[in-house]
Amino acid sequence: MSALGDWAIPSVIFLILLAGWLRGINVFDCFLEGAREGISTAFEILPSLVALILSIGIFRASGALDLLTAAAAPLARLLLIPGEVVPLALLRPISGSGALVIFQDLLTRFGPDSMIGRIASVMEGSTETTFYTIAVYYGAASIRRTRHTLPAALFADLTGFLMSALTVRWLFYS
Amino acid sequence: MMTILFCGMILSGILLGGLTGRMPQVSQAAIEQSGEAVRLTLSLLGNFCLWGGMMKVAEQSGLTRAAARAFAPLTRLLFRGIDTGGAAMRAITMNLTANLLGLGNAATPLGITAMKELKKEERARNTATDNMALFVVMNTASLQLIPTTTAMLRSAAGCEHPLDILPSVWIASAVSVVCGIVMAKLLAGRRTKR
Repeated sequence: MSALGDWAIPSVIFLILLAGWLRGINVFDCFLEGAREGISTAFEILPSLVALILSIGIFRASGALDLLTAAAAPLARLLLIPGEVVPLALLRPISGSGALVIFQDLLTRFGPDSMIGRIASVMEGSTETTFYTIAVYYGAASIRRTRHTLPAALFADLTGFLMSALTVRWLFYS
Repeated sequence: MMTILFCGMILSGILLGGLTGRMPQVSQAAIEQSGEAVRLTLSLLGNFCLWGGMMKVAEQSGLTRAAARAFAPLTRLLFRGIDTGGAAMRAITMNLTANLLGLGNAATPLGITAMKELKKEERARNTATDNMALFVVMNTASLQLIPTTTAMLRSAAGCEHPLDILPSVWIASAVSVVCGIVMAKLLAGRRTKR
């Protein structure tokens, strides 16, 4: 199954280049033109990335996240989410790299085949870094008023976390 | 919204850091994290070039048009009022395909193109349209069929069947994507009626 992951990128590149070549377009010049646009896109998102990473960095360094975790743990246990994975659930939407560190720590502490390890894996695999996506997409399109995007996205994350705990309990431990 | 988040996180972080005596860490984070953003951009630069170039080739050969047509029955239902053959819908289709295949690095530049094209097509200024919000929500929920990074870390931690969680992952992501879409549609409807 992991082999499928290894095949995805090369096969997509293969398909695109083959189709372009067969259609007789100037593939190389075309690629260069698109790559040049890629450079400007990357720099366009830099300001929003600085703002996002800076605010998350300060927020985390202040210990605010630990406070939130302590506050959210009883509520999470009520929803059948083990308290140990709460830091992961809180960090997952705001910092992809931060969540990976916590995820790895949970795997080594409890083992990948423990209930906590499995719930953490499903959470990690079934959600995305919400704040990064919102900041980058709207930043690049220079949209300031995001309206209902954040509430809807966080609602989706919350259901994802709930379902992670429920499906692991249901599929592995019932 | 972004202003509230930005100021809220930084101001509360600094206040709390002051109260709990973690000012050295906060101050260090302020200096270091800005540089971190630049490092992240540089590491993304090659990917943006690769997929920007590939996307251009696919555009020219008509591949994206064919993909947009194939997915039209689904995308037309989700994104109301967007031209199914237009540049915005083509970019949306490519972005969703990249997400499904787990090409996260390709999905981001394609998604940015889609947002710019949506902005053009819907003549938006600095306020998100319903279609933009829906598209971003779909991207914040994971559509990836095989979570490769998670599987890799699981097997690194000594797991013999790192993908035994797949059914769980599929149910959890499907439910969260559907809930996100429904929520985006509900909230959008409420605001437009006002």
